[in-house]
Amino acid sequence: MAGDDAALRSVLTPEGVPIEVELADHGARAGALLIDLAVIFVALFITVLLLILVTPASGTAGIALFAILSFFLRCPFFMAFELRWRGQTPGKRVFKLRVVDRRGGALSPRAVAARNVTREIEVFMPATLLMIKPSDLGGSGMDNMLALAALIWLGIFTLLPMFNRDRLRIGDMIAGTWVVRAEPVALLKDLSTTPPSGRYRFTPTELDVYGIAELQVLERLLRQPATRATLDTKKEVQKRILDKIDWDDRDAVESESFLNEYYAALREHLERRALLGDRRADKHEAAQRRDGTPHDQG
Amino acid sequence: MADDLLKSYRFRVEREGTWRELDAMIARAERHGLHSLDADELARVPGLYRACMSSLSVARSISLDANLLAYLESLTLRAYFVVYGVRANLGQVLARFFRRDFPTAVRRTRWSIALAAFLLLIGVATGWAVTAKEPAWFEAFVSPAMAQGRTPDATREDLAKTIFDKPKAADQLTAFATFLFTHNARIGMLCFALGAAFGVPVVLLLLYNGLTIGAICAVFAGKDLTVEFLAWLAIHGTTELAAIVLCGAAGFHLGGAMINPGRRARLAALREKGRTATILMVGAVVMLLVAAVLEGFGRQLIIDTTTRMAVGCTMLVLWLAYFAVAGRSVSTDPRNGG
Repeated sequence: MAGDDAALRSVLTPEGVPIEVELADHGARAGALLIDLAVIFVALFITVLLLILVTPASGTAGIALFAILSFFLRCPFFMAFELRWRGQTPGKRVFKLRVVDRRGGALSPRAVAARNVTREIEVFMPATLLMIKPSDLGGSGMDNMLALAALIWLGIFTLLPMFNRDRLRIGDMIAGTWVVRAEPVALLKDLSTTPPSGRYRFTPTELDVYGIAELQVLERLLRQPATRATLDTKKEVQKRILDKIDWDDRDAVESESFLNEYYAALREHLERRALLGDRRADKHEAAQRRDGTPHDQG
Repeated sequence: MADDLLKSYRFRVEREGTWRELDAMIARAERHGLHSLDADELARVPGLYRACMSSLSVARSISLDANLLAYLESLTLRAYFVVYGVRANLGQVLARFFRRDFPTAVRRTRWSIALAAFLLLIGVATGWAVTAKEPAWFEAFVSPAMAQGRTPDATREDLAKTIFDKPKAADQLTAFATFLFTHNARIGMLCFALGAAFGVPVVLLLLYNGLTIGAICAVFAGKDLTVEFLAWLAIHGTTELAAIVLCGAAGFHLGGAMINPGRRARLAALREKGRTATILMVGAVVMLLVAAVLEGFGRQLIIDTTTRMAVGCTMLVLWLAYFAVAGRSVSTDPRNGG
């Protein structure tokens, strides 16, 4: 799972197993909102335009129609999609976002209603305020000041997700939901399955120098597409490993197979230790366990 | 040979089939909806989901393959969305809402409702009294757009016209009705959303709305049109003001959670009260819809003052009876409340 750890949260499913979720990024949420708004307003414009062109309705009626339709489309649009698409709207789908119950229960229709009714003050009221011309307010300085104050006040609500740890909108707070990113991950080939050539035989001492973090960095490197840059990194990493474990016979080492086999051996080693209750998070912990004393190593 | 393989890899080989099967179904459900799965597949999803979840637990303890772990995490999460998604039978949700949820929520929040109604009435009384005594205050309470010529300076004929005349163009009628409807619905939503700000803005909104109504009342009362104006207002106003009171109550309910969360964290309290408040809010929006229909059509068709008053009072009685009685017999099962 990509992304920083600060965005990782754990949701306890009704089965009692915690699943890790990644909170949606502010930018992605804003983008999803913009897409949804674009869909809503393009649909609105086309509908009203057609109605005006096809029927003998006048421009004023068009404006009235626009107001009515937009009211019935705005919030219900989000509600209908989040209900039907299980927590997604078209915009959220594009950015692979989803609305989830914070406590891990089923997303209730009520929660969907709550988090979308509040959009009215988070999105649509400030947007309306922004579009009002000063002259429409009667032109007095007092009215402009009031409009500005209202805008600032509402802006606090709009920007609320920036100011709390869980990136909750006011609607999320009331509904008890949050928005997470759920991207499908492909299951790739297991890297430990290449049959060992028998050329390298690693002793437990040589495997004890690393922990899980290093193992998974190595895994990520091995899964990278074979570009020049990857090859260079692999060479560099291989050199570091060889240095670290004091490998003698450097000439016999062949780049690709060495890293693969070291990975397989290291994983087997660490998995066996983990099964015995000795989980080593990284090389520092590995060093600590090995020597029984905390110490630093490059 | 099998002994050469890692335990975690053997585990993967054993379970991979069920993962792939679940993955395929979930992918289809994500793209085309749950109904794209046939009955057999639907029956298999929960079992496969649980199997996947147990695989995840096992993998977390025995496997250090980062990709495998990420895959299982994401597959479990996606399956979880499908298994615990919204129960989207909209008809059932709606029926339950009006038969039980809405009236129950109203009864449960009667004190918040009483407070909101009280504030609105105080506003009306103040606006009325102040404007009656000193008409200059009118401008402070009512914006020109809202007043539409109904100022203290207007003649009796002009004022009577606003009550009894059919608008000349149907366009104006729709536009005006829409304006009022969306305006009031927005005030309602504002009340709800601002409740989380400790309820203070809700007090102001309710008072201010009351002041506006009271000031306009005073203008009509000054020209001896009190009953006529109240009838004009009542035909839709009883429904509309009741809805606004409910929105205000929803705001207070939320504000209460912020001010006095009890032993829970504020966020948890907000979430809990949010349920009832949302029900009030959604119900109030439906009431506003009814009010808009009454206003847009009823008021233009019924010109007679007595009939207008009768319709308004009947609606009020109907709402009160609905809130007092509906859903009492079925509200005993607390588990369905969630």
